[in-house]
Amino acid sequence: MHLSELFDKNKFVVTVELPPPKGTEVQKTLDIAKSLKGIVDGINVTDNQRAIMRMSSLAFSHLIKDTGNEPIMQICCRDRNRIALKSDILGAGALGIKNLCLMTGDHTLVGDHPEAKPVFDIDSIQLIQLARKLESGRNISSNLSFSIGGVANPFSEPFDLQKIKLKKKVQAGATFFQTQPFFDHESILEFVDDVKEINARFLIGFTPLKSVKMIHFMNKYILTKPIPKPVSIRIEKSNNQALEGIKIVVELIKKIRDLTDKINGIHIMPLGLENHLPDILMKL
Amino acid sequence: MIITKQKSFENILNYIADESSIFIFGCGDCATLCRTGGEEEIKEMSEKIKKIGKKVTGIAIANAPCHELDTARIFRKYKEQISQSDGILVLACGAGVQAAREATEKKVHPGCDSLFIGNSKRHMNFYEKCSACGDCVLNEFGGICPVTRCPKSLLNGPCCGSLDGKCEINQTVECVWIKIFERLKLEGRLSTLDTIHSPKNHSDTIHPGKIE
Repeated sequence: MHLSELFDKNKFVVTVELPPPKGTEVQKTLDIAKSLKGIVDGINVTDNQRAIMRMSSLAFSHLIKDTGNEPIMQICCRDRNRIALKSDILGAGALGIKNLCLMTGDHTLVGDHPEAKPVFDIDSIQLIQLARKLESGRNISSNLSFSIGGVANPFSEPFDLQKIKLKKKVQAGATFFQTQPFFDHESILEFVDDVKEINARFLIGFTPLKSVKMIHFMNKYILTKPIPKPVSIRIEKSNNQALEGIKIVVELIKKIRDLTDKINGIHIMPLGLENHLPDILMKL
Repeated sequence: MIITKQKSFENILNYIADESSIFIFGCGDCATLCRTGGEEEIKEMSEKIKKIGKKVTGIAIANAPCHELDTARIFRKYKEQISQSDGILVLACGAGVQAAREATEKKVHPGCDSLFIGNSKRHMNFYEKCSACGDCVLNEFGGICPVTRCPKSLLNGPCCGSLDGKCEINQTVECVWIKIFERLKLEGRLSTLDTIHSPKNHSDTIHPGKIE
């Protein structure tokens, strides 16, 4: 089902992220996907995230669809020019993929092929426009209809500049956003207040922190604002850090799930704790 | 100007391994400012080549080797020394090397790597600010080029990965999108950023460029 249909019904939408394998062994991740059937509304299939080479998001989205789940195919602009991107979007449509999450993508320099040519022929906003143009079917025969989303970084400074970009994504045709992860309640409230004028649905992002090592990694390489001190102290003091990380996510989600007038759902990026997804979701 | 860096001497030695006599040609403009192919660097290179037992038949420098007629004129002037050499080592950008190639039938060897079109602020500090994209957008972005100065060439806003105002892939460089934002705010025309810019037309800048 289109995510937009769920949004229209005011459902609290739950999406998770599953990366395609680095190789052709797909069963392990597909088994996780099968265990999520009926629990989640969509599974984001990442597109060589962090510029690290993996199986294509198009192929793996198709396999995810075969498990009975709704894939949200992520497409980024780093590795393909406009011809290849459009070609993949047509392919996605023909394979019955209904949801797209379109983004610029991390630079090649941060990944495992730093010597590769970064493409960036177009950016996320132009990609959203191109996808919408393909739907309108000008010059080609197509019966495409997608729910198109983008990503939002709540901690990007200056936030006014981020807001200009979010508005442009909506103007280009995005109807929902999945955010980078939050680690405390106050920041979520602040963010939803900041974006209330933006006419789109917001899925608030979460990532369970599995260790102090992960906190250091996230702070250094992934996040634009460090994880709040009380959260990192809580993980540090725990005897079972992964479990504590999951507990924090569950607590945060429980606190916000009644704010349905402001929040349209959640998006969990497990970053290595994919096996724990059913457990996290059952606890909600 | 074109910013260059000199190739390693080991690399240059590989190029001229089979040659016993070399003519060295340099650049009085960009490569002089970069200290990669000016008078001093030509003399230094000449000494190094002599030291390993090869003969330097002569040295010359053009005001700007990329001016092909000028380079041809200098090569005619040094005809004797050039004819005695087995090859010519050019301490200039790639344009200079190819201008030399046009002017002689001798083998020409690049002594430098061309890096970018650069601005200079102080001695030996160079910054890439224009990449000759063929469709100048500086008016829309407060005179700051996102095509060149954003590693992703984003035209519609930042990637939002900057940390403490620094570019996500280079912590020594300020995020150019924050600079654009601040500049347009100062100029009182922040609303310029609301425009969605279409993808760039790359058909205008297919290599090789040519105007006749």
